[in-house]
Amino acid sequence: MMDHHLILRVVTKLLVAPILLFGLYVQFHGDFGPGGGFQAGVIFAVAFILYGLVFSLKRLCKTVPDWLVHRLIAVGLLLYAGTGVVSMFLGGAFLDYNVLSKDPVAGQHWGILIIELGVGITVFAVMLAIYYAFAGRPPALDDADW
Amino acid sequence: MEQMTTLTFVLGHMNYWLFVVLMMTGLYIVVARGNLLKKVVGLNLFQAAVFMLYISMGKVAGGTAPIFTNNPAETYSNPLPHVLILTAIVVGIATTALGLALIVRINETYDTIEEDEILALDHATAQKEIDAVAKLGSDGGDVK
Amino acid sequence: MELAITLILFVALVTTAIAIVVMRHLFSVVMLSGVFSLLAALLFIVMDAVDVAFTEAAVGAGISTVLMLGTIALTARSELPPAKFSLTPLAVVVLTGAVLIYGTLDMPNFGTPDAPVQMHVGPDYIAKTPTDIDVPNIVTAVLASYRGFDTLGEVTVVFTAGLGVILLISGLGKRQRRKRGR
Repeated sequence: MMDHHLILRVVTKLLVAPILLFGLYVQFHGDFGPGGGFQAGVIFAVAFILYGLVFSLKRLCKTVPDWLVHRLIAVGLLLYAGTGVVSMFLGGAFLDYNVLSKDPVAGQHWGILIIELGVGITVFAVMLAIYYAFAGRPPALDDADW
Repeated sequence: MEQMTTLTFVLGHMNYWLFVVLMMTGLYIVVARGNLLKKVVGLNLFQAAVFMLYISMGKVAGGTAPIFTNNPAETYSNPLPHVLILTAIVVGIATTALGLALIVRINETYDTIEEDEILALDHATAQKEIDAVAKLGSDGGDVK
Repeated sequence: MELAITLILFVALVTTAIAIVVMRHLFSVVMLSGVFSLLAALLFIVMDAVDVAFTEAAVGAGISTVLMLGTIALTARSELPPAKFSLTPLAVVVLTGAVLIYGTLDMPNFGTPDAPVQMHVGPDYIAKTPTDIDVPNIVTAVLASYRGFDTLGEVTVVFTAGLGVILLISGLGKRQRRKRGR
């Protein structure tokens, strides 16, 4: 269907991997520079959305099935809330990361890493699920109408 | 001296006033324009202006971004507004998406996204129902 | 220098906003709102909020443009001209703006180090982060640790909004299954 967009397809193939890598960098380097789960989730989702825009939604669905995305939405939030519950079981308050490790500061580092991951997963999955929902509807306009 | 203080006052508050101008442009789109998608864009403008107002309050003159540098005497801008707004932006896009989804559903039902036409269609439907009820009443049938 | 940059950005922002008001072609409106987001991101950098600028650039110029284009593809391409020009919205907007500007008159000058905003929690976070949490990015420390509860709430809002969108307009799996069954 999209055979005429040769340049777009080649550039997209070149771009998707670096975008994913950058998303991971933003996710795990968020403690040291600007970044964190919110931005990383969005950037990670953008890579997939770009792929879905240029190649069809069908091919994107083969790569990341929509049921997986829908489950990931909950996984991220559960990871976040679960960290709070774990810290409660370890004797601290809800979301008190000091108890996650013997050294309170190391515990904080662990806590931040895990909950940022949870944030990232949820934001990524929500953005992708929203894109799936919009792109999955039969469009009113054809390509030529734009 | 008097002029000097007026000038610093104006320069120090100009930011806020310009944010208000942007905010009101967004509000104007929401109030005056009938197209639902454009209303969402207007809401986004309004939202962005509020974010700017918030962030500008956290700025400290001569400060730098709140990421620790090796210089212990460094002044940092207030990180709190940044945290609040950062999450607010992502929540904002999620709610915008919800609004857009509603627009898509409205378009499927009414086949238009212009507020005036939707209202006209609603009035027409209501009028039809009223007429039907009135007709039933005049025919002597029981109205349930 | 900073003032000059801010002013130039403002002129660009206001021009974009007015263009959005005037334009009736929705594709242009959406593109201009992307431009607006990018300019806003630049303004955030000038005001030291690098994390916020990052988010705004990724979300405002990236995702929201894609979503709005998706909506246009599903609905209509252009806005109908307004039936009649009415002064009421303009009056409402000008009045509200005047009240807001009146409200800013009591505020401290932009960038004042001893403004009430800078007196409370903010400096505490900056002072305690090195010993409590020991990560260089204070924004991350506040977001994930000091205000972890807050962020949990925000993530829940994102979760709920995503759920709402899926419930409202997602029918992808169902349609595909129906097609396969045929």
